[in-house]
Amino acid sequence: MRSRRPLPAWAEIVLLPLVNIALAFITVGIIVRIIGVDPLRALELLVVGAFGSPESIGYTLYYATNFIFTGLAVSVAFHGGLFNIGGEGQAYIGGLGCGLAVLALDRYLPIWLMIPVGIAAAALFGAAWAAVPAWLQAWRGSHIVITTIMFNFVAAALMVYLMVNVLIAPGSMTPQSRNFEPSAFMPAMGGNALNLSLVLALVCCVGVWGFLWHTPWGYALRTMGHNPEAAVYAGTDLRRMTMLGMCLSGALAGMVGVNELLGVHHRIVLDFPAGYGFAGIAVSLMGRNHPFGIVLAALLFGALQQGGAELSFDIPTINREMVVVIQGLVILFSGALVNLPRPWLQALLALRRS
Amino acid sequence: MDVVFLIAAATLRVATPLILCAMGGLLSERSGIIDVGLEGKMLMAAFFSAAVAAVTHSAWWGVAAGIAAAEAMALLHGLACITYRGNQVVSGVALNILASGLTIVWGNAWFQRGGQTPALEGQGERLMPLFFPRAGDSILVYAALLSVPVTWWVITRTRFGLRLRAVGEMPLAVDTAGISVPWLRYRAVLLCGLLAGLAGSYIAIAQNAGFTRDMTAGQGFIALAAVIFGKWRPFPALGACLMFGLLDAVAIRLQGVRVAGIEVPVQLIQALPYLLTVFLLAGFIGRAVAPRAIGLPYEKEH
Repeated sequence: MRSRRPLPAWAEIVLLPLVNIALAFITVGIIVRIIGVDPLRALELLVVGAFGSPESIGYTLYYATNFIFTGLAVSVAFHGGLFNIGGEGQAYIGGLGCGLAVLALDRYLPIWLMIPVGIAAAALFGAAWAAVPAWLQAWRGSHIVITTIMFNFVAAALMVYLMVNVLIAPGSMTPQSRNFEPSAFMPAMGGNALNLSLVLALVCCVGVWGFLWHTPWGYALRTMGHNPEAAVYAGTDLRRMTMLGMCLSGALAGMVGVNELLGVHHRIVLDFPAGYGFAGIAVSLMGRNHPFGIVLAALLFGALQQGGAELSFDIPTINREMVVVIQGLVILFSGALVNLPRPWLQALLALRRS
Repeated sequence: MDVVFLIAAATLRVATPLILCAMGGLLSERSGIIDVGLEGKMLMAAFFSAAVAAVTHSAWWGVAAGIAAAEAMALLHGLACITYRGNQVVSGVALNILASGLTIVWGNAWFQRGGQTPALEGQGERLMPLFFPRAGDSILVYAALLSVPVTWWVITRTRFGLRLRAVGEMPLAVDTAGISVPWLRYRAVLLCGLLAGLAGSYIAIAQNAGFTRDMTAGQGFIALAAVIFGKWRPFPALGACLMFGLLDAVAIRLQGVRVAGIEVPVQLIQALPYLLTVFLLAGFIGRAVAPRAIGLPYEKEH
């Protein structure tokens, strides 16, 4: 292969990602076509389903909240060169921590104290679940990708055990805890699932942005991601940065538990992370690992989630899992196949110059 | 005696897809391509084998379709990792998520059963036991057992195997010798697809009678764990698969059994393969060293 000129910065930052996402959505269109539905009609129904009424906008934003949390979680680790696939498990355990704090304290604390304690517990437990793989990588040399995958399964097994044997409400047939007291209800915004967790998510975005680009730790973390040797040379302790990056990542993933349990379910239930942890990889890739991009990508995925649910009511041949397909394709095209359109763009821009 | 036979048979039944998948993953990883997407390949193969078996009423067409589906995923993985030098873990994750969504979307569109395929009728549409009806020893069980010595022989005794190992340790050396790194790695990835396709077909049309959503349930990751546990060598990986299979077989029987007054949680036994792998990787029980060039895209200098 003949090497060509590198792409100019604007093409690298704006054009290439857009082409990648376009490729993903063209593929989605083809798949929709294959199952015998007009893609444009599906798109129209999807947009109406996601933004057509105040209620649907509420749901879109509620889903987007989860995607912001997990997208941020993946990106913080990624800036440090760490690939955290354990968002699913960290969200699960974060929710567990949040729920345990509430079950222990909701009869004694007023709401303005209970909610922050719940948030802190979620962050702590999520961070702890990420800290183990981080420690194992930093001190024992085991690969974080494999360990975080394994920890997802361990978290799922642990939660089933706890819910079935320990936390199940007396007399309940389904594995769920007792209902939380109203003092642990995250205040709603509007009538439906949307709650103040969205504000928390936006605060986290600003926090992550400030941390990564305006603190010495953020700088050290990014240096480690770009060039670990240079980071060592600059006096960075890679082990401590690995711990810091992963703990922050896990804490952010744990916030899904706040949105789901304090915001919606109001008790501990099984399987509430429902794939948000994995979707965070797509959100982060699509948002180019920047908090602002992540908000946009999370909005898109929230709209897909809500619009996709409405769409599956209108056209039963299209299943809700279409959203999962889209997530997979986005990860494929903006992640694994990111270099696919590069030669085309290089040829195109070279053509324009000559 | 009867109990021993039943447990042994159950172990083998559970271990079969793990063994096939682990041999596939082993070949891929020895060539330097990480395969986190084993799960997705198996799931896709399970769906297509069950769907085609249900439509054609032929188990063999089902197996062929399963292999073809897994190979398509393997090609995509190869395209992303070898040709376009993308991140191998990201590609594997993408394939897993894609498979988990696509199988349900297509299953729902084609059969209108919420993602399931029609139940397969015994003889003809399914692979039936060959010798012991109670043991469930379909032909793929023997194929799995055979795949281990074959993989061992290919890797250690053939020229292709030698080059395969070399490309996973030091691709530059292989390239310098005038052998194509991409073509070697593609062959490894495609062999992996073949084996994962057999594993997925086994789950859908031999072990079960049709496809249900997310039916591989993490077995691809257990196979990956077995590869690591076997330190990227075929016979130790077989041992790990059999051990994980045995754990699963006794987990059902241990339900409610008390050991020293404490009831053993089934979930603990289910989580053991993952926990043991974490311990192994951390060097608490032996040391697992991956092929040196694993995960690194090879870029020819020009």
